[in-house]
Amino acid sequence: MRTWPVIGTIAKRELAAYFESPVAYVFLVVFLLLSGFFTFSLGGFFELGEASLNSFFTWMPWLFLFLVPAVGMRLWSEERRLGTIELLLTMPVLPWQAIVAKYLASWAFLAIALALTFPVVITVNWLGDPDNGVIVAGYVGSLLLAGTFLAIASLTSALTRNQVIAFILALMLCLLLILVGFAPVTTMLSRFADIWLVDTVASFSVLTHFEGFQKGVLDTRDLLFFFSVIAFSLFTTGVVLRSHRAG
Amino acid sequence: MIKVENLSKTFGSKRAVDDVSFEVRKGEVLGFLGPNGAGKSTTMRMITGFYPATAGKVSVCGFDVSENPIAAKVKMGYLPEAAPSYQEMTVLSFLNFAAEMRGLRGEDRRKAVRRVVETCHLDMVLGQTIDTLSKGFKHRTCLAQSIIHDPEVLVLDEPTDGLDPNQKHEVRTLIKRMGETKAIIFSTHILEEVEAVCSRAIIIDRGRVVADGTPAELKARSARAGAVLVTLHGASVEAVKEKLSGIAALHHADVCPAPEGRVTVEAFPSPDAGAERDALAGRIAEMAIRESWKIEQLKTEEGRLEEVFRSITMPDTQLVKGAA
Ligand SMILES: Nc1ncnc2c1ncn2[C@@H]1O[C@H](COP(=O)(O)OP(=O)(O)O)[C@@H](O)[C@H]1O
Ligand SMILES: [Mg+2]
Repeated sequence: MRTWPVIGTIAKRELAAYFESPVAYVFLVVFLLLSGFFTFSLGGFFELGEASLNSFFTWMPWLFLFLVPAVGMRLWSEERRLGTIELLLTMPVLPWQAIVAKYLASWAFLAIALALTFPVVITVNWLGDPDNGVIVAGYVGSLLLAGTFLAIASLTSALTRNQVIAFILALMLCLLLILVGFAPVTTMLSRFADIWLVDTVASFSVLTHFEGFQKGVLDTRDLLFFFSVIAFSLFTTGVVLRSHRAG
Repeated sequence: MIKVENLSKTFGSKRAVDDVSFEVRKGEVLGFLGPNGAGKSTTMRMITGFYPATAGKVSVCGFDVSENPIAAKVKMGYLPEAAPSYQEMTVLSFLNFAAEMRGLRGEDRRKAVRRVVETCHLDMVLGQTIDTLSKGFKHRTCLAQSIIHDPEVLVLDEPTDGLDPNQKHEVRTLIKRMGETKAIIFSTHILEEVEAVCSRAIIIDRGRVVADGTPAELKARSARAGAVLVTLHGASVEAVKEKLSGIAALHHADVCPAPEGRVTVEAFPSPDAGAERDALAGRIAEMAIRESWKIEQLKTEEGRLEEVFRSITMPDTQLVKGAA
């Protein structure tokens, strides 16, 4: 009955905490600069001569690979380091509610960061006549991708009090989820293994499931993939947090 | 209101809390004493539902903490050891957060925050971020959070730790006042605090309850309890020793000369003297009057909590009666 008010209270505090630290603003600036740089410079936006955000979304997994763990690393490691987890979990809230609330707040922060890339959308619309449906699908995919990496960062931040270690662990796990579907890697793998095996492995990659969104296709299997990883990671966050207290 | 039954907690192979049982009723302030590492914080963490118990049961206002955690937590306020709080928040936003977590909204929330700000003297620092506060203020901010919903049960882990003497006194007064209407359990290793505040005290050592009683009862377990201290004028050491030997309830006495012709006596009653024990001071006074010695000082030792504490938690020093 009191689930949503409690989740709302925790999430509000968490989100406010981001904006009370200068790190949030540094993050936003870095994210916007890098996404612009990747899109317009490395992505060959102007050379392609087409009005789309394809290069913008192609770079997104790589950008998130570093930036999302940076946002998520403090989620639980900080609570444990400062001991505030003891305060939080002895208030009338169930652990899963606290986990979801903190997660949603960080996800909202990433959503804000994504939303702030709107000048890119305006630019392509001004330069040409893009398919805005594809762009919306790309944003939905990006948000899900960010949410997936964030859930993994939530898990690694529960594992250790040290934020740097949480960051590195999250980065390695996310990198793994990218690489198993990264074309150069799958090509190399297919030289040693059967194609069905390579495909099976690749089906665990976020790249494989992000592709559809980039093309403007919303596939339930892709949605299911992202939500499964998120649910699994958050569930495991709860298991890890409980194991610290179980002794 | 707090009922702890056969509570145990093991970390790996280490038994931090071992079969602890006690009860705290409304209007009671229970002092939880013990050396560092005795298991006080671990017990409190199980009471507040932060640590699941390895064995045993805790109920708060009738709600089992592991089966019905939310209902139990609603009734409880908790000040964790070291008084953690969100460092980047201001005192006001932190208290607003705590109030909202307790389901207080709108005018209720404002009233609750105003009340604890007054109680804990935080008005000076309301707009300050917590990481810029002095230790005393940080501590009181966290204490304020624990009483914001006016809980029936309060669990305070070392609530006076790190405060200056004035602040300590203030917090003790506050605990004592709140204890009239709530059930409070607080841990400390300051013994005078127990005497000043508690209606009952438990001493725990290496995870086990080793003593449980009112401060007076605990003090009576001290070897010094019942000893009579007298300073006499106009007597000689030999004469005093001789006359003392005629008192039946006396076990032994230390008689020493003091400056300006005084003699001090420290007389210990025999353990099996029964009712005569309490009469020892009277017997000594009668003796002095008979001999026309002037009594400058006469007092019966209540016993010292510190001594009881030390002898119980350091068994090598046998200061407690019957410990041998
Ligand atoms: N999370 C934990 N993991 C392992 N051991 C612990 C943990 N918490 C407490 N202990 C151990 O349990 C014992 C009791 O600790 P604690 O309850 O903090 O004592 P106190 O509060 O009385 O000083 C100590 O020996 C401590 O090292
Ligand atoms: Mg402790």
